[in-house]
Amino acid sequence: MKNPLDSLWGTVITGLLLTIVLYFVAQKLVVLA
Amino acid sequence: MDYLPAIARWLHFMAGVMWIGLLYYFNFVQVAALKAAAADSTAAGITKHVAPSALFYFRWSALVTWLAGAALLGGNFAAAFTLNGSYAVIGIGAWLGTIMLLNVWGIIWPNQKKILGFKPATDEEKVKARRIAFLASRTNTMLSIPLLFFMAAGAHSAIYGF
Repeated sequence: MKNPLDSLWGTVITGLLLTIVLYFVAQKLVVLA
Repeated sequence: MDYLPAIARWLHFMAGVMWIGLLYYFNFVQVAALKAAAADSTAAGITKHVAPSALFYFRWSALVTWLAGAALLGGNFAAAFTLNGSYAVIGIGAWLGTIMLLNVWGIIWPNQKKILGFKPATDEEKVKARRIAFLASRTNTMLSIPLLFFMAAGAHSAIYGF
């Protein structure tokens, strides 16, 4: 499998996906408090 | 004193723009430019005259960004880094920024010193250092996307439902 970080688009898309995942993590943490 | 958080935020933004601006320059411009320059033997212009200066401002602006961010968090520093309640939003941003800072000083800069000849290295070590520095820089570019989201989104608490 190719490393997505080898291409700029792969890097940007990975960053956007990580943003979505972390958004739900943040939402969970805020709601739990 | 009320001036301190305002000055810390101002410094955090200025240094952050320089840091992430240079990070994007490396990833969106210099990587491709070096490949093209190597093909016509003009890469030295970049590696001798541009990269060392860009890396100087890059690594020091990273440190200033982190320190100004820590000063801005002030008494909420621990709450942010322990992802406590609503501080989890800026806390995730703070953790991403911290990982990126460690990446700059612990991985990118030591490997760039070998690539640029500031530290003796064999050709084989340079090839390895180039790959490591490249992936660390790309990792920081990837992390900068959620980092900027959590820095900016922190001011829009409605999207988290509180």
